[in-house]
Amino acid sequence: MIVAVASGKGGTGKTTVAVNLAVSIEKAQLLDCDVEEPNAYLLLNLKITREEPVFRFIPSINEDLCDLCGECAYFCQHNAILVIPQKVLIFPELCHGCGGCALMCPKKAIIEEKHKIGCLKEGCQNNLWIVFGELDVGEPMAVPLIREVKKRIDKTRNVILDAPPGTGCPMIETVKGSDFCLLITEPTPFGLHDLKISVTVLEDMKMPLGVVVNKAGIGDKKVYEYCREKSIPILLEIPYQRDIAELYSKGIPFSLKMPGWREEFQKLFDDIKRLVGK
Amino acid sequence: MKQITVLSGKGGTGKTTITAAFAVLAKKALIADCDVDAPDLHMLLHPEILEKREFKGSKLAVIDEAKCVKCGACKEKCRFDAITQILIVDPLSCEGCGVCVVVCPTNAITLTERVSGYAYISKTKYGFMTHALLKPGESNSGKLVSLIRQNAKVLAEKEKSNLIIIDGPPGIGCPVIASVTGADAGLVVTEPTLSGIHDLERAIQLLRHFNVKPFVCVNMYDVNMDNTEKISRFCRENGIEVVGRIPFNSIVTEAMVNGKTIIEYSPQCDVAKEISSVWNKLCEELVLR
Repeated sequence: MIVAVASGKGGTGKTTVAVNLAVSIEKAQLLDCDVEEPNAYLLLNLKITREEPVFRFIPSINEDLCDLCGECAYFCQHNAILVIPQKVLIFPELCHGCGGCALMCPKKAIIEEKHKIGCLKEGCQNNLWIVFGELDVGEPMAVPLIREVKKRIDKTRNVILDAPPGTGCPMIETVKGSDFCLLITEPTPFGLHDLKISVTVLEDMKMPLGVVVNKAGIGDKKVYEYCREKSIPILLEIPYQRDIAELYSKGIPFSLKMPGWREEFQKLFDDIKRLVGK
Repeated sequence: MKQITVLSGKGGTGKTTITAAFAVLAKKALIADCDVDAPDLHMLLHPEILEKREFKGSKLAVIDEAKCVKCGACKEKCRFDAITQILIVDPLSCEGCGVCVVVCPTNAITLTERVSGYAYISKTKYGFMTHALLKPGESNSGKLVSLIRQNAKVLAEKEKSNLIIIDGPPGIGCPVIASVTGADAGLVVTEPTLSGIHDLERAIQLLRHFNVKPFVCVNMYDVNMDNTEKISRFCRENGIEVVGRIPFNSIVTEAMVNGKTIIEYSPQCDVAKEISSVWNKLCEELVLR
């Protein structure tokens, strides 16, 4: 089973829930798909045993063959190619890597070259397998790296995906193909606003979903009212407590230190299984 | 004209709370909410929308069933897995590149423009605000951020405003890059947690990469004093000024629940005072007064 952990608003506790869930259940694999800010491994004191660079492909022009016809630039929907009188200019940060320019070039003057965008890292801790991507700073495209992280999914395990915040393409790429999406929110107006946006996206994707209310006790009750109206199950509440916040700040999964929480997370996982029908 | 971007790397550290407070303190600045995935600033500043425009940031492949001969060439060449087994376009995966259009032997596929979101120009009590809403699941948020900033610039010139305050999205990817490029300063709002520190370092690298002067503000600094000290040391070693240490106070959430900025809700509280002090320091740095 693949469970994605997501939230519209940042800082609601995605990583906290993903990590605590992963350390509480059997045979888990945790994939941190928040490649812009991968934080899950910080909470696990992980020893990285494997690291490899990840590339995407961007066009490169063989100037001996190019006759500056401009077909490539005309084709490119993302304005990543500009043909000026003597030269073809490529803007890698705009290139989505569709390969269309190479396909269109009548002189076969375009080859696609590797361009490093980040790293894929892996490690194991107490039978928990962790994979994460780390985007190079200054590199705008997170999605190709997320795809690489997701290629490591081992379906024989209980897979947990830690998604990036928001509802844009990096979040969609992460959640796509999961059996269930757990939305983490906080009971505040910002939390509710961003939860609603996330629910819309997941409903469009026909993705089964449930909610975890983190920092319960702060703010107001509107998140609960909304979930009740929409018949969205609230599967867990994590209270706002100073000791939980302190453990997080030190990078310690709180379920390892506070009695009863391991069972709570196991129950959460069982509830998800039941909702998915697995 | 000066531009300052509030960013954080890690989400939920208090960017929007601080940006909203700045909007009140600055009085006549232009406010640009560039967190197009999760724009929350409007809940504190209550903008009155003056203008709404469609944002067409991407295209979508459409297959004409009548012409399609089910050869599968489109599926084979698509690098985004946007064409399903039964040869239907998945709009969530389609990046509108047009490769399928050219490989289709029967010209059954066309690219159509899709409305990816809306850009707004609005008025608040504290000046004009430009913002947007990206339709859920849409790509090209970087382009939309650029549009919001362009709208802000045009309006600032018209209104003779000398400052644009930008509320940035979390992360360091495409919309964040679009939010910081060309800004005069970047205020990184962090929190004293391991994740906060890790993401702060990456946000600083990003600002330096794009030649934007970094400043740091530690929010909820008293949650972990050791980590706050680590942040201070890191900043000292890297020649970055820590312009503020904001204490934890539940009054921030209370203000949010009431739809007010902290400056309006409780001008005398420790949080409001510290944010005002951060604001004054930034103004001095940017020579705004």
